[in-house]
Amino acid sequence: MDLVEGLLYTKEHEWAKIEGNKAKIGITDYAQETLGDITFIELPKVGGKIEQFKPFSSVESVKAASDIYGPLSGDIVEVNESLNSQPELLNSSPYTDGWVVIIDIKDEGEKDNLMDIESYKNYLKEIAH
Amino acid sequence: MDLKNTPLSNIHKELGAKMAPFGGFLMPIQYQGIIAEHDWTRNSSSLFDICHMGEFIIQGDYLRSGFDRIVTINLKGMPIQSCRYGFMLNPNGGVIDDLIVYRVEQEEWMVVVNAATVDKDEENIKKHLDWDSHFKNISSNIAKLDLQGPLSLDVLKSIIGETITKLCYYTFDDFMIEGEEYLISRTGYTGELGYEIYAAASHAQSLWNMFLKDKRVKPAGLGSRDILRLEMGYPLYGHELNEEITPLEANLMRFVEMDKDFIGRDALLKQKKRGASKVLVALAANSRRSPREGFKIFSGDKEIGYISSGSFSPSLGSGIALGYINPEYNKIGSEVLINSENIQIEAKIVKRPIYTQGTYNKEVAHGFS
Repeated sequence: MDLVEGLLYTKEHEWAKIEGNKAKIGITDYAQETLGDITFIELPKVGGKIEQFKPFSSVESVKAASDIYGPLSGDIVEVNESLNSQPELLNSSPYTDGWVVIIDIKDEGEKDNLMDIESYKNYLKEIAH
Repeated sequence: MDLKNTPLSNIHKELGAKMAPFGGFLMPIQYQGIIAEHDWTRNSSSLFDICHMGEFIIQGDYLRSGFDRIVTINLKGMPIQSCRYGFMLNPNGGVIDDLIVYRVEQEEWMVVVNAATVDKDEENIKKHLDWDSHFKNISSNIAKLDLQGPLSLDVLKSIIGETITKLCYYTFDDFMIEGEEYLISRTGYTGELGYEIYAAASHAQSLWNMFLKDKRVKPAGLGSRDILRLEMGYPLYGHELNEEITPLEANLMRFVEMDKDFIGRDALLKQKKRGASKVLVALAANSRRSPREGFKIFSGDKEIGYISSGSFSPSLGSGIALGYINPEYNKIGSEVLINSENIQIEAKIVKRPIYTQGTYNKEVAHGFS
């Protein structure tokens, strides 16, 4: 299971990469592995808002449909449109080419509700049992 | 209920398969990935563990045994070493199970049935078989491996030799592999040129490992099998078929011999006269979204039916589905909407098979490759 140093993680298996007052958001390797082959993503629009721990997008795999939750609240400033035609990027490179949105962070304090790599690692171990 | 294992369960675990319950068994759903396994089956050759399915042996004259009344198949017209797809119906014409009958000898039949229905199938057959017959459920002693894909013939040829090319679609024979005899039929559930191999359960592992030594062969799970059959528009019992659905509604009357006596025939005649209230159609979505079982089908504002199976089709690059609709709306090319809570999918009614490049009935000339 791939994990990336420096990212913040949610219990719903999303990640956020903080760059200044912006955050890039995606799903974790665990999420894509659990979903299996991803065949569709319903992307939100630039200008829309996302809220921490509320669903803002949904993905479909050959097996099931699943929501993606916001790790942080904010305004969407960029959307990874390439996922429309290549949703499989979410499987092949969940931390790089498979990013989903970039937001302007609304409340820096919300970062305290997220896990760092060590806590997420422990969380994965916990739910594996 | 405890899940049963197949003779290959340990091998699946070693191969890192994701396992899930199906028909009372713990079955491999995928190995390297459902789409990759789908693509491999369409282009090369895949090996499936289908040991969960049930097998019965019936001995007796087709008519005097009572067997002819139990199935919709024209048993009388079947040559020895041929097999036929058909149904076992209840008196209302509802499908107790869909099955394949193999004519092993003039008066010996092998019946291959679904895993989840083995018990009720056995009960129904025994109830209607006459004294002049023998019935045996051999499911737990028989392993079934499916080799499916356009290169399956070449793979089998390299193991068995040229003699395998004599099998036409829906025929079978016994063949020797490494000193053991196996029944092999040219049948399958994927739409590709393929074979189903019946073996003693104790030989399943060595047979499986032997096939996987061939680099053209990879294991595939029930996940890809479900997409492959859906692309062909083949029904899956419990989804497109059940005891409340008739072959007329499922648009499968070509597998029902109306010119003979069988259980459910009167009900089918009546339904034919009166007209069915629903009919099975294939649907192709205009997007990559997958319709799912239970989603509703609309024509404009009017609800006209429901989805019985749906998925993403890797071959088409779009969502596909099977579903039941009001027959008034059954027109190839008609546009419909598939709805669930906050999902809306535009789709068209299309011909079956949805995927048209399948090699399943490809002619294989003896002596040529």
